[in-house]
Amino acid sequence: MKLSINGREYDVGADAETPLLYVLRDELALNGAKFGCGLGQCGACTVMVDGEAVFSCVTPLLLLEGKKITTVEGLGTVDNPGPMQSAFIEEQAAQCGYCIAGVMMRAQALLQKNPDASDADIRSTLQPNLCRCGTHMRILRAVRRAADMMKSKQAASAADGSVR
Amino acid sequence: MAMLRIVAIVAVLCAAAVIGAIALEWRSAIDPVTRPDLKSFTTAQIKLGAQLAALGDCNTCHTAPGSRPFAGGVGVPTPFGTIYSTNISPDEDTGIGRWSETAFRRALREGVDREGRQLYPAFPYEHFTLLSDDDIAALYAFLMTRDGVRATAPANALAFPFNIRPLVAGWKLMFLREGPYQPIASANDDWNRGAYLVEGVAHCGACHTPRNALGAEMVERKFAGGEVEGWTAYALNDASPAPVPWISQALLDYLRNGWQSDHGIARGPMAPVIDNLAAAPDADLQAMTYYMTGAFGEPSAERRRAAEALLIHVYRSESEPQPASASPQDPGARIYQAACASCHDNGRPLPYGGINLALSTGPSGPNARNVINVVLRGLPLASGERSPIMPGFANVLSDEQLAQLLVYIRSRFSDKPVWSNIDSDIRAARSAHVAITSEHGTDAAGRAVSQHEAQR
Amino acid sequence: MTAPALCIDRRGVLAGTGALIVSYSSIGRALAQQAPESAPPAAPPPPPKLPGSLKDSPFLDSWIRVDADGGITVFTGKAELGQGIKTALLQIAAEQLDVKFEALKIVAADTSLTPNEGYTAGSHSMQDSGTAILHAAAQVRAILIAQAAQRLGLPPEQLSTAHGFVIAGDGRNLGYGELVGDQLLHAQAQPQSPLKDPSTFKVMGKPVQRVDIPVKVTGGKAYVQDFRPAGMVHARVVRPPSYGARLVGIDTSGVEKMPGVQKVLRDGNFLAVVAEREFQAVKAMRALAAAARWQETANLPNQADLASVIAGLPSQDITIVDNRQPSVNAAKRLEATYTRPYQSHGSIGPSCAVARAEDSGVTVWTHTQGVFPDRQAIAQMLKLPPEQVRCIQVEGSGCYGHNGADDAAADAALIARAVPGKPVRVQWMREQEHGWEPFGPAMVTKVSAALDDNGMIADWDYGVWSNTHSMRPGAAGALLAAQHMEEPFPVPAPKPIPMPEGGGDRNSIPIYRLPSARVISHFLPAMPLRVSALRSLGAYMNVFTIESFMDELAATSGADPVGFRLKHLDDKRARDVVTLAAARFGWPSFPKQPGCGRGFAFARYKNLAAYCAIAAEVAVEHETGRARLVRAVAAVDAGQVVNPDGLVNQVEGAIVQSASWTLYESVSFDDARITSIDWSSYPILRFDAVPDSIDVHIIDKPGLPFLGSGETGQGPVAAAIANAIADATGYRFRDLPLSKQRIKAAIGV
Repeated sequence: MKLSINGREYDVGADAETPLLYVLRDELALNGAKFGCGLGQCGACTVMVDGEAVFSCVTPLLLLEGKKITTVEGLGTVDNPGPMQSAFIEEQAAQCGYCIAGVMMRAQALLQKNPDASDADIRSTLQPNLCRCGTHMRILRAVRRAADMMKSKQAASAADGSVR
Repeated sequence: MAMLRIVAIVAVLCAAAVIGAIALEWRSAIDPVTRPDLKSFTTAQIKLGAQLAALGDCNTCHTAPGSRPFAGGVGVPTPFGTIYSTNISPDEDTGIGRWSETAFRRALREGVDREGRQLYPAFPYEHFTLLSDDDIAALYAFLMTRDGVRATAPANALAFPFNIRPLVAGWKLMFLREGPYQPIASANDDWNRGAYLVEGVAHCGACHTPRNALGAEMVERKFAGGEVEGWTAYALNDASPAPVPWISQALLDYLRNGWQSDHGIARGPMAPVIDNLAAAPDADLQAMTYYMTGAFGEPSAERRRAAEALLIHVYRSESEPQPASASPQDPGARIYQAACASCHDNGRPLPYGGINLALSTGPSGPNARNVINVVLRGLPLASGERSPIMPGFANVLSDEQLAQLLVYIRSRFSDKPVWSNIDSDIRAARSAHVAITSEHGTDAAGRAVSQHEAQR
Repeated sequence: MTAPALCIDRRGVLAGTGALIVSYSSIGRALAQQAPESAPPAAPPPPPKLPGSLKDSPFLDSWIRVDADGGITVFTGKAELGQGIKTALLQIAAEQLDVKFEALKIVAADTSLTPNEGYTAGSHSMQDSGTAILHAAAQVRAILIAQAAQRLGLPPEQLSTAHGFVIAGDGRNLGYGELVGDQLLHAQAQPQSPLKDPSTFKVMGKPVQRVDIPVKVTGGKAYVQDFRPAGMVHARVVRPPSYGARLVGIDTSGVEKMPGVQKVLRDGNFLAVVAEREFQAVKAMRALAAAARWQETANLPNQADLASVIAGLPSQDITIVDNRQPSVNAAKRLEATYTRPYQSHGSIGPSCAVARAEDSGVTVWTHTQGVFPDRQAIAQMLKLPPEQVRCIQVEGSGCYGHNGADDAAADAALIARAVPGKPVRVQWMREQEHGWEPFGPAMVTKVSAALDDNGMIADWDYGVWSNTHSMRPGAAGALLAAQHMEEPFPVPAPKPIPMPEGGGDRNSIPIYRLPSARVISHFLPAMPLRVSALRSLGAYMNVFTIESFMDELAATSGADPVGFRLKHLDDKRARDVVTLAAARFGWPSFPKQPGCGRGFAFARYKNLAAYCAIAAEVAVEHETGRARLVRAVAAVDAGQVVNPDGLVNQVEGAIVQSASWTLYESVSFDDARITSIDWSSYPILRFDAVPDSIDVHIIDKPGLPFLGSGETGQGPVAAAIANAIADATGYRFRDLPLSKQRIKAAIGV
């Protein structure tokens, strides 16, 4: 079946009942989403589907036809990181880093829908994601920083646009 | 002309009735008092009051999420608009800090506040009126010894004419039978105690009894089921849709723990009720169970046979290896197999495992609403507490896919006819703010929950 | 993953011995010229120990390799666990070698390539590996300068180094790659090194960004879970339902026919399935588990009685402080008992390993903390000579001690042997990680102390009851697969870790001035649940106990908790962190509000590693009993700080993690099985309970030895929280976790 991931079409051979997580990692070598529990309890597998955060470990392929999937790889690269990724690098918001990609995707979904999210919004949105190393404070700062970067980027491109 | 005269007469009669009602129900203001201090109450009274407040679930309606306890501000949706709960903390200006015990008693018994204004029956005083004087005094002691919080609830958002408070007098004339509870001589003490608690402070009927057009409980259909904030409160009488009838031990376990292996987990508006019941003494839960067992009624022999067969079937399927099933053709079945079966068919005992849906009341309920709520939003975790966690599927199921899944669940896990209104129920659930609370663990006493405990 | 192109055989016979000796003595001269002034010893001293891990791996090229093209690789036996060690070690090497940080590569923890530094544990990495690399890099730089001096015909003092070049005053320069010849660096380290003056540091002591974070936030290959060699197949293990369960019946025929299944392996009670695709392996595992019949034999203690069970187990009593004075001025005496349940590592990523078995041997890619001990155990399990097993550490998720990593490595090796030539990936499920990891042991502590007329501690009597805190491999019997095989390896007898490191008794000796004291470690060999090392080992519980009890003593003597501690502390560095933390918290001026409390605690990890003082503000909700850490202020002295941001990150993390242990966590079990097998049944702290702020203040000590800091916060945070709850509620809680049920039961209505 065909899946749309990070703007590209992929032909995947797995059964329709396979959870998306295994397809991302094993067939497509997209390492961002992680296996943490397979039960929808920890958020390490979080990706976006049509802009909403979703546990890829409990989402079978058969529910994803025609939907747009975004993983952390779709937010930028090492050479050209997106605002969320830059923010996490600048804040050094990781210890082991295993939870971070999932956290970033949930935060990304929030900020795309609500660019003016408050600190309390960010905190409550991240509730489904676990971090065992205790990097929470930096994660919150990084998401706040990403929000500010995304807003100023918006403002900058809006300013450019207004010339038209 | 005759028509006009009739209309005029009816209007005058109505007006007279209304004025009469208001006159009958009119109450004067009771003078404010200085806020009583802690020493005015005995510890025993405060403890009793705490237990009663737990049974009465006061904090759930009177504490807004994230706010200080009893400060009010919870919007209660009704067919007439939204009513906001008041501040019942002992703050002197914005709460009940200057209410005398007499004023407090009057509010619970008669539905009138200290200043003599009618209280909307969203505050279920037709139940609280049954409380004894001693119990009301204990509740007063409890509330007066909380922290006073300065907070004013938002104004009610009621449509005309419901925003005319004095008209509540008419409602009360029709529907309020003032207490306290009168024991029934022909019943034993346990039954009377259970009735006192269930019909009084615990006000179960407020959710579980259907209401008429004026929003009053239809007492002749007591416990026939109700609707609360987008959830169905199941019937607790002989119309209970539970596949396995509620026997008293099961009900007691459920009220104590918030879950029961043959029925499921309390979520939605029932979750905070259960969490509060953790503070209620065992004897009270036993009495309530005794009374409710009577309300459920003795299940028919046929129903008992069907339940036994179901339980045997479920045990067998969980303890024997299942052959790998071929990929189903029905779209709802495929969705179930792919998204639900790994938790709901793996035999992990409650409360942490997904219940075998054949045992859950949801698929057998009068409508799909509860199942929709849980499928879309999951069961959120209770912070820092052991509790089941189920992911929600709102972001990956389209309405069409959800409908297919519901049709399948209904047909596979119940013997009831298809649900009507699936599509409108889905639309309503998507757009409404549905309360799924996430503060309440299933390990209320902090005990280890044994996997073996749940072996039947 | 940084696998070097060349494979150096450090144990190979040296060529050019003659040249080596010459260069050896020239090194000696070079170092002597640059070593700091020191008085010659009077009598021949014993050979001085080499610093850090150099004492076990003295050859410089075990640590630093310079290629002919100038590329430099640093080798360490320590593993990156997410603590930033790779970055810190690169900073040390870059500084001492005078090369750009970005130009260095690092290879960590590979039995074929790196020194054997045992386990990455005990906060030893900086003290062991950091120190070794510090000195090795400095000595390599000296050797290169000496070599350049020879070639340029100049005295070494006239040469300097920068960016990987040795530079003469007249502008001639030689790159490190040009200088290094065959075996130039295969020289033994000297006890002293020409270390750079800390005031000139360009990269050590700076908050250099971690080298591993960019790839982790962009979905690159970073973890062993991401490792996918060609031809890899997926395996899952079916674990028994409880300790000691025996597999009495299994019909594997159905599973063998499932799509993609390549092999079903049974070896005694060890049961596994191999499939082509990962989800096929998961489904096959579920079917295999359903088809298995077990006879369970486990008999676990009653969880409600855990503390008395622990204290009643047969014990080996070890007196570690024996200074009880016969007559003591005891105006007041206080006694208390504290308890801790089993607690879980709770690694976010369940354990994973990849192994490939070939005729030449077995290679295992694993996130173990100790590649050498794990290799030894796996070799013993497979009945192979150790040289035929190679363990390569690849990062996993944070382990915080001995979790399932070593067992997953053994699983992979055992399964790989059954499908030779194919790389086999074993991924543990969440329930397996939670159910089978070795837990932090349940502990009981009892303390009794006397105060004299001046309110000073006059007597101290302390006892700690605990299992071993280390059942790490070395021996095959420490591995689950080896215990479950048809011909099983016996679980090795647990042994106490001797002080000053200690296991259950780590940090059981207070650092305070105690005129009369006795400390007894009651070592409990019998292990009702599987246990091993969890971050800080016994220090978490002992510091929780000691620092809680110090507050109880302070309260009895009417003293301020901070002042009381200072009155008993002689160590100046300890006093400094205590004073700093209290000042930055605003301790004296903390406003007393209902439902809110302040708490203080201090410890020096193991009494020889980093110093950490914590001041905490906790809020307790009266109606529910729920306690929340609102604010924490920490002061840390970790000696010479290599990466201040890395240190702050570790301490912040320790504070949040320890708050989670302290407020929420306990393993649950019934009479046979572990029942806390996922996050629903073993909840940990989530974002809603995160404090409003955490401030970490570092007292940097340039030039002083590195002090391990990865575990320094665990114990003080627990006690600071307990002390703050006592301040807020007036009730003292001594039983971990400080759950809302316990607090509510005490504070009542």
